[in-house]
Amino acid sequence: MAGVNKTVAGVNKFVQGNEACVEGALYAGLTFFAGYPITPSSEIAELLSVRLPKNRCCFIQMEDEIASICAIIGASLAGNKVMTATSGPGFSLMQEGLGYGIMAEVPCVIVNVMRGGPSTGLPTGPSQGDVNQARWGTHGDHAIVALTASNHQDIFHITVEAFNIAETYRTPVVLLFDEVLGHMRERIVVPKPGELPLVDRLKTEVKQGVDYHPYLPREDGRLPMSDFGGVHRYNVTGLFHDMWGFPTNSPQVVHGLLRHLTDKIENNINAITHYKEHCLDDAEVVMISYGSSARSALHVVANRRSRGERIGLLELQTLWPFPAELVREKCAQAKRVVVVEMNMGQILGAVKQAVAKPDRVTLANRIDGQFITPTDIRNILRLIQGRGV
Amino acid sequence: MAAKDYIRERFFPHLWCPGCGHGTVLNALLRAVESLGIGKNEIVMVSGIGCSSRISGYLDFHTLHTLHGRALAFATGVKLSRPELNLIVPMGDGDALAIGGNHFIHAARRNIDITALVLNNRIYGMTGGQYSPLSGAGVLATTAPYRNIDRSFDVIKIAEAAGATFVARSTTYHARELAKIIKQAIEHKGFSLVEVMSQCPTYFGRKNQQGGALEMLQLFKEQTASIGSKAMQEHPEIIGRGVFVNKKAPEYCQEYEAIVARATSA
Ligand SMILES: Cc1ncc(C[n+]2csc(CCOP(=O)(O)OP(=O)(O)O)c2C)c(N)n1
Ligand code: SF4
Repeated sequence: MAGVNKTVAGVNKFVQGNEACVEGALYAGLTFFAGYPITPSSEIAELLSVRLPKNRCCFIQMEDEIASICAIIGASLAGNKVMTATSGPGFSLMQEGLGYGIMAEVPCVIVNVMRGGPSTGLPTGPSQGDVNQARWGTHGDHAIVALTASNHQDIFHITVEAFNIAETYRTPVVLLFDEVLGHMRERIVVPKPGELPLVDRLKTEVKQGVDYHPYLPREDGRLPMSDFGGVHRYNVTGLFHDMWGFPTNSPQVVHGLLRHLTDKIENNINAITHYKEHCLDDAEVVMISYGSSARSALHVVANRRSRGERIGLLELQTLWPFPAELVREKCAQAKRVVVVEMNMGQILGAVKQAVAKPDRVTLANRIDGQFITPTDIRNILRLIQGRGV
Repeated sequence: MAAKDYIRERFFPHLWCPGCGHGTVLNALLRAVESLGIGKNEIVMVSGIGCSSRISGYLDFHTLHTLHGRALAFATGVKLSRPELNLIVPMGDGDALAIGGNHFIHAARRNIDITALVLNNRIYGMTGGQYSPLSGAGVLATTAPYRNIDRSFDVIKIAEAAGATFVARSTTYHARELAKIIKQAIEHKGFSLVEVMSQCPTYFGRKNQQGGALEMLQLFKEQTASIGSKAMQEHPEIIGRGVFVNKKAPEYCQEYEAIVARATSA
């Protein structure tokens, strides 16, 4: 039931982060959503249950998160741009389906509005504890794309970008937001149609009756698709498969497919990497942060710069694939690198691996279900600098 | 179109054991599709994981071989996207009612127009003969060396209680009847469930001293009777075959159209 989206453009809206995500998804051309309610993501489902039917598109509340990710994968194969939204416990349930999406190369977007974990954890408290789960939650070697943002306009843009990446590389894309971003309100402006580039489903030009290979990359690496129900019949499976989609355990094909699945992401890291930088040029202290934590870090930069301190911020919007070269480069002149995040150091590890001098990297974090404030960061900075709190 | 035109010949011979009932189900399904004259592009077959789920690989439809237990959830996404397509979902008994039990009841509850086939061999074939929720108490399995104590589900009753609007049972011994029932199930508008008693001589048969495929088929003949028949009235322990439920109720995709109508007129 693919329809045409009617996003209201140019509108200046005061919205929750979850709504900014919904607006971004609709702008990107979302036509099918399946989900299961969970705090702090439920507003995404609620808003889409209003908006999608108005666009003659599908909204369905499934029986659980496993069913939700399976349903969107089925819907994507039938030609839709698809999304689901959840939080930690639901994201755990989705891991097998996420791996299926990776293996079967099905474009889809999975939003995880993070809350405190493990387990049921802190349903209404913010956390960034699922960063590594997004990377390695599903079993087996694989590449993954995970994106985030720190304010609502950026949530809008990065959500559009998530759909574009999903279509370009035929892959699931994870959006990692958190409780603070999801629920706080901020102003966004919805761009006019055509203002942001959109990547539409690349459809095969192979004619009916001519052999179509759903899993044979073109020269540019992209794989044109054919909708289920269309003129080409082929097989889709989570097993290792050949270019027609049929299962095989030929070592050569298995090797080739696994390489393809990882290379198509890792080799395009520059195109997939999004980040922002603030006052990095002469920074002696480089903070690295993302999501809502980056808001507080940015606050600290502004405050300290006004007092003449050489401090800056690298805000990551692409967390996976991890932009190691970018991080190495931006930290090359730093005397101190401080990773600000609301977990026990999940991006810290990746930063330490990336930089030339890992012993100069410190963690500034908070893991008690409370938002990390500029004061928290300032206190940690003082400690690091040997100045006490 | 002849039945063989629906087959992906390059994948034969199939991987099922000699005497396995699943091939008979494939044959009956082909006959049903052939007699309905549905085009290959109009059928999407979605399957999970198990010996039974391998059916999809042999058929020249749009085929989606998914995760263990999740076929109906994937199928729901396809069907709601393209309601005009015919969705056929073959599942094993473990696939449909253990790991996939939740999706099974909810697909039935929605009455979404999907044809579900449960190939019930009362055992986990693919993983080597462990007991399933349909094995029943007293059965021997590789994980029930002292005989199974788990009671079994009645698939027919679950499907009916969950809201399926077409519910039927047949066996691989009654192949002609099976084809007819599958045909009715595909024609039915709404969620249809066909339980097929299918033999796994390799594990169920051997473990439970039922002999080979022929002896097991003979048992299907002896242990079942058409519902409403005299045999059934006289022997209540006999397993009924035939159509248990066949009723009209609002179908999910059509109802969704009503949502769209309400949303767009508001
Ligand atoms: C999540 C998950 N758990 C377990 C398995 C292993 N597994 C594969 S098939 C199967 C059961 C097969 O039995 P059934 O569904 O009855 O079908 P049959 O093989 O008997 O036709 C199991 C447990 C799996 N593939 N995925
Ligand atoms: S193990 Fe059983 S179910 Fe599987 S192919 Fe062999 S006979 Fe059939």
